Amino acid sequence: MGHRCAVIGVGQTHYTTKRRDVSIAGLVREAALRALEDAGLTFRDIDAVVIGKAPDLFEGVMMPEAYLADALGAAGKPMMRVHTAGSVGGSTALVGASLIQGGVHDRVLVVAFEKQSESNATWALSTHLPFNASLVVGAGGYFAPHIREYMRRTGAPGHIGTLVAVKDRRNALRNPYAHLRIPAIDRAMVESTPMLWEPIRYLETCPSSDGACAMVLSSETALAGGGTPAWIHGAAMRSEPIFRAGRDTVNPQAGKDCAADVYRQAGITDPRRQIDVAEVYVPFSWYEPMWLENLGFAAEGEGWKLTESGATALDGDIPWNPSGGVLSSNPIGASGLIRFAEAALQVRGTAGEHQVDGARLALGHAYGGGAQFFAMWIVGREKP
Amino acid sequence: MPPPETDGPPAARHVLEFPGGYTRTTGPVIGRFLTELRAGRLVGVRTAEGRVLMPPLEYDPATGDAVSDEYVEVGPAGTVTAAAWVPQPLPGHPLDRPFAWALIRLDGADTALVHAVDAGNPKALRPGSRVWPVWRQDRTGHITDIAHFAPEVTRIVSPVAPEYRIQAGGALRVFLEGVRRGVFLGGRCATCAKVYVPYRASCPECGSAIDERVELPDTGTITTFAINNLPDPRAPEVPFVSAYILLDGADIPMIALVGGVPAHEVRQGMRVRAEWLPEDERTLSMANVRWFTPTGEPDAEL
Amino acid sequence: MRDVAIVAFAQTRHTGHDTGLSEPELILPVINEVKDRTGLRRFGFTCSGSCDYLAGAPFSFVSALDALGAWPPISESHVEMDGAWALYEAWVRLQHGDVDSALVYGFGKSSLGDLRTIMTLQLDPYYLAPLGLDQLSLAALQAAALGADQAELDDIVRRSRADGLANPYAPDPPAEIPDGFAVEPLRTCDIAPITDGAAAVVLAAGDLATRLCERPAHIRGIAHRIEPHYPGMRDLARSASAAEAARAAGAGKGPIDVAELHAQFAHEELILRRALELPGGTVVNPSGGPLAANPVMATGLIRLGEAARRIHDGTASRTVGHAASGPCLQHNLVTVLEA
Repeated sequence: MGHRCAVIGVGQTHYTTKRRDVSIAGLVREAALRALEDAGLTFRDIDAVVIGKAPDLFEGVMMPEAYLADALGAAGKPMMRVHTAGSVGGSTALVGASLIQGGVHDRVLVVAFEKQSESNATWALSTHLPFNASLVVGAGGYFAPHIREYMRRTGAPGHIGTLVAVKDRRNALRNPYAHLRIPAIDRAMVESTPMLWEPIRYLETCPSSDGACAMVLSSETALAGGGTPAWIHGAAMRSEPIFRAGRDTVNPQAGKDCAADVYRQAGITDPRRQIDVAEVYVPFSWYEPMWLENLGFAAEGEGWKLTESGATALDGDIPWNPSGGVLSSNPIGASGLIRFAEAALQVRGTAGEHQVDGARLALGHAYGGGAQFFAMWIVGREKP
Repeated sequence: MPPPETDGPPAARHVLEFPGGYTRTTGPVIGRFLTELRAGRLVGVRTAEGRVLMPPLEYDPATGDAVSDEYVEVGPAGTVTAAAWVPQPLPGHPLDRPFAWALIRLDGADTALVHAVDAGNPKALRPGSRVWPVWRQDRTGHITDIAHFAPEVTRIVSPVAPEYRIQAGGALRVFLEGVRRGVFLGGRCATCAKVYVPYRASCPECGSAIDERVELPDTGTITTFAINNLPDPRAPEVPFVSAYILLDGADIPMIALVGGVPAHEVRQGMRVRAEWLPEDERTLSMANVRWFTPTGEPDAEL
Repeated sequence: MRDVAIVAFAQTRHTGHDTGLSEPELILPVINEVKDRTGLRRFGFTCSGSCDYLAGAPFSFVSALDALGAWPPISESHVEMDGAWALYEAWVRLQHGDVDSALVYGFGKSSLGDLRTIMTLQLDPYYLAPLGLDQLSLAALQAAALGADQAELDDIVRRSRADGLANPYAPDPPAEIPDGFAVEPLRTCDIAPITDGAAAVVLAAGDLATRLCERPAHIRGIAHRIEPHYPGMRDLARSASAAEAARAAGAGKGPIDVAELHAQFAHEELILRRALELPGGTVVNPSGGPLAANPVMATGLIRLGEAARRIHDGTASRTVGHAASGPCLQHNLVTVLEA
């Protein structure tokens, strides 16, 4: 794992359907400056900048690190642009951390963003080349069959997805940055919304958001800001080919292997007991029980029971997505970084209204592509 | 509005127009204002108390006292304090499309100017909205030298439409040529013994080149599916079913449309067969398969 | 820093037209070639570089994974940048010490669209892109700012063409390059050709490098720097970021036998030679450089690979590989390789 690395600053914009008042540079600067302020630093103190976002088609700006270099104080410094599909926010944090773990830099600014309102997410994600031999209809259309297969395999009752939607949306009411905030949310409301891609209902899907998130990462020798650092105890990425015959799309091997890798690094043998809180990429409600199994919090076929028992609620024994998660805020390219940042906020004790009491070890998780790209980290209050 | 034509007493149109328009002298204050306006500047005048009147008057409206002779450049932007929406403009209005009247406090002024705002829709302007003048090209020293105000520029439209020329080459071409003949071509990995469809050049699992081509039947089993309630140009109607179909003899499912059966009767395990377009309508594309439709066989075990 | 070396390099026989191969099909032979050369089937880390806007579709890198034999799942990442930055990321990852090998690849098909105008999409979307400022126009602005000597440019063009003809991986050049300006003062002959292609590199750390390769190209320094974007806010006649990257990589600490420079326009070579303070004896772009073959998103990685190849084959003992990104050499990466 190399040199020690910690999160010493976190900054987020408010997530919303359309940020009409800012340019793209303004959006990323807002998050970056808040992260720097949190760390008590300025752009001058940063050695390198890593920026991540999902496809450039969202904003119609190709390789925007070029245009955003000076907006992020990167002039004269190294800057990198990461793109690993939906997991990119997580990968961006890991690439930034890697620069410190590899002993190359002491302080790295990582930023991820999406300004989806500049175009339209469904358009950007469903652009098809001529001759394409496959019928894929947006992210929901892609993931719905895998959810159906999960339900068939496990016999999970149909209301489990609803429970997740209600829980995450209630959590969002405690997060001032969250996009969807529905005070009256309850099961009846979720169940009254139409099926978009059956078995996925409207209120079981993530919104389309504008927003940015940033973190300042530091080596052990360059700590700043006076707050509690969130130390990285484990960091891993895994990818698997989408068209492998026999690929388990419900419980992908790459997710299991990635989790096993971060747990090994962090000395975790029983994630349900040892991890205090998890921020996991759940863009469709059913992915909570699916990932509970994939990440080893529940045995195969048992994830939905954990959700049903309330264990993953804010007051449960293993809260998942106290921030409201991707279901409540989804600037796609930033969504993974937000998970990683929220995990850091929890162990730093600065998550505010959605703080999990006494959180000492947290999981940040992101996935992308056809559930084939995974990025995870474990952060802790104690130095590893 | 003119009275409606009726069968009542005879009526005639009457216009009370002074030929050529009235000629008005402006006096020094309004004259100064309009002269500055013609030059593209907005000036107000300072009152004795130090307030800036915009548009400038010769007197302080609160006290009647004469104003000072100090002109102050204001704006060009301003803040809307109140607005009214005109859904059907009249012939004399500054704009011939729906617009808003607004009280606009120009930056640096203490009073509000009334002018038209090309706001686009009635919700676009609220107290606090920022607006900017849009100048007429040929100015004459007239309040309409400002054609109208417009909301601040908060977005631009950037058409992005790069063009590409895409060929179907390599393995895809092999597959699509099969589809044109009404055959699904797969490939068997010599190392893993797995059959891939569409045919592909290499094995995703082991990376070996795939040389052996396999013709697969056009029947298979639905492993799982989504019922899509959002329209898609490639589907004939809503709802439609996109399904993972494992062709008989293949080891990986293809995603394709299911038709000829109500969406809610589709099942995991359902046996289906491709429905092909007539041969003379086929092209080098997957569209040769209209959809997969149930064969009526008993469901397969998953 | 941990000793990391380039131990294998492969590139496609690049073409000036679309052969119809998909991207996974394009990269497959180079992946297999570096696997065969090193005997490695699995790598501690994998990283690639590509660009959706070249492919004309989002997620162009996703299907590329299907060409790797990435099973069991691999530790992998992707940069939306030239493959040279993927190599940088992999080099950083190898510094952690827990893995010893990395596979790096870059690929692109410039032939599918109009590269000149596609590159406009990389510009500031408020002030520059709406002007339709295209890649050649920007390059011409930089050439004008430099005010290069015509004879010097002629030398570069002539040398690159001759070297390119001797490079089996470069596409056949057109028999006749039309005279005249594309955008004055940028001449048609100063411009890199449209090229499709891919490249792959294997990095190995420590002892593994010498086990896999007779003469590993040890990375003695690698650094990159970016500078402000707006062309009116920097000195286009010089490249501050290339100079700083070269200093940080330690390029000047010894003689440089060969430098492979990512110069897509003849005048860029002049700017880069000065920024890198290349000694007079340094052989520049013996492969013919980007003026002979320019598979965008792989071109920079190929520079690093070509610089390594000269060490692998024993013809050089200290070389420099350079990669660039962004309009008018906004972003530069310099690698110093030693036998």
